Amino acid sequence: MEISAVPSQRSWYRILLHSDATRRLLAFAALIILVVGFTLASDNFFRYNNIVGILLATSVNGILALGVTFVIITGGIDLSIGTVMAFSGVMTAVIITDWELPIAFGIAGGILTGALAGFINGVLIARMRVPPFIATLGMLYVAKGLALIFSDLRPIYFSNAPGFRNIVMGSVVGRVVPEYDIPNAVLILFGAAIVAGLLLAKSVLGRYTFAMGSNEEATRLSGVNVTVWKTAVYTLCGAFAGLGGVVMAARLNSAQPALGQGYELDAIAAVVIGGTSLSGGEGTITGTIIGAFVMSVLTNGLRILSVPQEWQMVVTGTILVLAVYMDIIRRRA
Amino acid sequence: MSEVLVTMEGIEKSFPGVHALADCRFDLRAGEVHALVGENGAGKSTLMKVLAGVYSRDAGQVFFKGRPVDIPNPRAAQDLGISMIHQELNLMPHLTVAQNIFIGREPRGALKFLLDEKDTNLKTRELLDTLHLKLNPRARVSSLSVAKQQMVEIAKALSLNAEVLIMDEPTAALTEGEIQELFRIIRQLRTKGVGIVYISHRLEELKQISDRITVMRDGRYIDTVPTPEATIDQIISMMVGRTIYEASPEIPDNGHADVMLEVRNLNRGRALHDISFSLKRGEIVGFAGLMGAGRTEVARAIFGADPIDSGEIYVAGKRVRIKGPSDAVRHGIGYLSEDRKRYGLTLGMDVEENIVLAAFNRFLNWLGFVDRARTRATAERLVEMLSIKTPSIQQKAKNLSGGNQQKLVIAKWLTADTHILIFDEPTRGIDVGAKSEIYKLLNELARQGKSIIMISSELPEVLRMSHRIIVMCEGRITGTLDAADATQEKIMQYATQRGGILSADEPASS
Repeated sequence: MEISAVPSQRSWYRILLHSDATRRLLAFAALIILVVGFTLASDNFFRYNNIVGILLATSVNGILALGVTFVIITGGIDLSIGTVMAFSGVMTAVIITDWELPIAFGIAGGILTGALAGFINGVLIARMRVPPFIATLGMLYVAKGLALIFSDLRPIYFSNAPGFRNIVMGSVVGRVVPEYDIPNAVLILFGAAIVAGLLLAKSVLGRYTFAMGSNEEATRLSGVNVTVWKTAVYTLCGAFAGLGGVVMAARLNSAQPALGQGYELDAIAAVVIGGTSLSGGEGTITGTIIGAFVMSVLTNGLRILSVPQEWQMVVTGTILVLAVYMDIIRRRA
Repeated sequence: MSEVLVTMEGIEKSFPGVHALADCRFDLRAGEVHALVGENGAGKSTLMKVLAGVYSRDAGQVFFKGRPVDIPNPRAAQDLGISMIHQELNLMPHLTVAQNIFIGREPRGALKFLLDEKDTNLKTRELLDTLHLKLNPRARVSSLSVAKQQMVEIAKALSLNAEVLIMDEPTAALTEGEIQELFRIIRQLRTKGVGIVYISHRLEELKQISDRITVMRDGRYIDTVPTPEATIDQIISMMVGRTIYEASPEIPDNGHADVMLEVRNLNRGRALHDISFSLKRGEIVGFAGLMGAGRTEVARAIFGADPIDSGEIYVAGKRVRIKGPSDAVRHGIGYLSEDRKRYGLTLGMDVEENIVLAAFNRFLNWLGFVDRARTRATAERLVEMLSIKTPSIQQKAKNLSGGNQQKLVIAKWLTADTHILIFDEPTRGIDVGAKSEIYKLLNELARQGKSIIMISSELPEVLRMSHRIIVMCEGRITGTLDAADATQEKIMQYATQRGGILSADEPASS
């Protein structure tokens, strides 16, 4: 009796680990455990102001992660989103302060700058067949350089456009419910997530994103114009980086040309923690958002517990590898 | 006579260094199955890829229903109603059946960029019903068997309203029952007037399914004959330009030989249950069974490629612990995977490097550098011994034909000084001429005292080669047959002995 009981338990465990729903639940459970853990460890963690702080801190990384999720599902990578974000922020500032154009033009210009950088990445990768790692590494340097060139090596402050900061740091929610003055940046993040989720799950672009990551040659032979769609995916990723740059600039009320490198790795980490496979073909927007929150809850919680910054990095790195390892075990089971 | 769908004339195609097609022709009528045969490298696939828009032709003309056409890409072929099911299935494993079938022309929703998933599934259901296929449109393709994946490809081709369906080696990965199912569908399509090009190595099948047979050799058109008028011997001699004699199985008397490998009560999850068998010196044991019966899993478990839950392995009477392939190699066990290109060879490296790869440390001098003189001598000796056809030992492995790649893998394991060789589908995708050379080689190895396990889905091959046949079904050994009294029927009977699992796993009522 006992002997036969063991395999049946095992298979239950396998079924539990295997389903798609559980995988998402796993990442979510990890987030809940972190939140509960920090709440128990410190009275200062689960407070309204701190939670809003976490939401705000996730906004930029979350937006970058949304875009790069598409790229990673195709089996590619985009290392340039950090510096493209900085460059986009600089362009927004140049348009608003130097050229003295309306704020809306600045925002559109920032997003378009990102999209253009992404488009160039896409053409290099899809048409000219430069490996994604190399093409976007090149763009990382180019965008970093351009950000410094266009800003004259200095931060640009939005002193002539006081309304700009409010777009992101003001609170539409606060106007309706005064006690909950959640900054607009959070709404922008969730809005972007809904758009990205819709695109990925329901649109033609999303379908081809998965198809290309699953078997690119088969997709091509099915008559899908892989060159065009892959370029579109990188352009979209760049546009999200551009949006990230606008939000970042508004949050800081200035465009910081030197700030950006390293953000791409945080975004990629969030995507991976969220269960998207670096080998392509699999991934969800919900996962990416959860992954982004895991990252910022971790940073915030450890800071509240007065863990020195160098140790925060050690912990974050460990969690990242652990998350991916858990996923590998799950797949094997 | 029915309408002529396709006529190809004077087709020429060259790749760097290879004249792949020279003055080739082909024609296809509505409602016929036209078999295209030839050895590997004869140009069958290349010719059909020209028709399917995968390759562009250098010269020649293609007529579709009598008018000249240009087919620059797969999409253009699809638009004409020409679909090709490639040898390596072209599906997106992460997507569902329905998503795969409608890739590139998904039903759209109210907003043009949004997908109508419901409609996609509905249309797929209707399509599968017309083919009498039991498949769930929402099932992920990666969860399906190879046979079912192939059905998905066929359904996809038909959803494109294909009037011409090209199938490249459709039965290479199928079992007997699955092949009959495929034939049923092919016959159904034929009555609907679809013209089918059927590329195959398995000549026995052509008799069953085709109406006409075209033979190609070395990139040239040889002849077209109506199937009822052709004998298999005739076709073979046209293919190879020489006559091949089918050798009858030779079973040596090895009743007193030492047991080289013994496996006791091997278990691995749901894949393997209580696998026990032994293998003598100089013996060829065939492993037969349906797809998914667990034959490859046995090989991988013995080779240490997959971890086992329990069980014992003895090599030459001594208990060994095999934790990984390197342990297996140390104990003299070699595994020749069914997927030579992925697991057997490093395609980008040359013949010499591949041959010495598994035994590299034996070719190092005292400084730890590779002794090139010795590796070269070894490689040359083996190329000569196994008669591997290659211009030089510096040729890259990827440029060899399937049969010669297989020989190269064998050479590699011989260099590694293995005495137990596990062959997983040794002749898959290899043409008739090269097949009999591989058979000869296996017999020769056994005569020299190597012990051989041969996993094969081709029953004639199992019957022809094996001294003893072990049959598996659903992870268990369901029968062992001596070569003398083995028949296809007996093997199939054991291979379909399902249901054993329930009674064995049922806890005792006490």
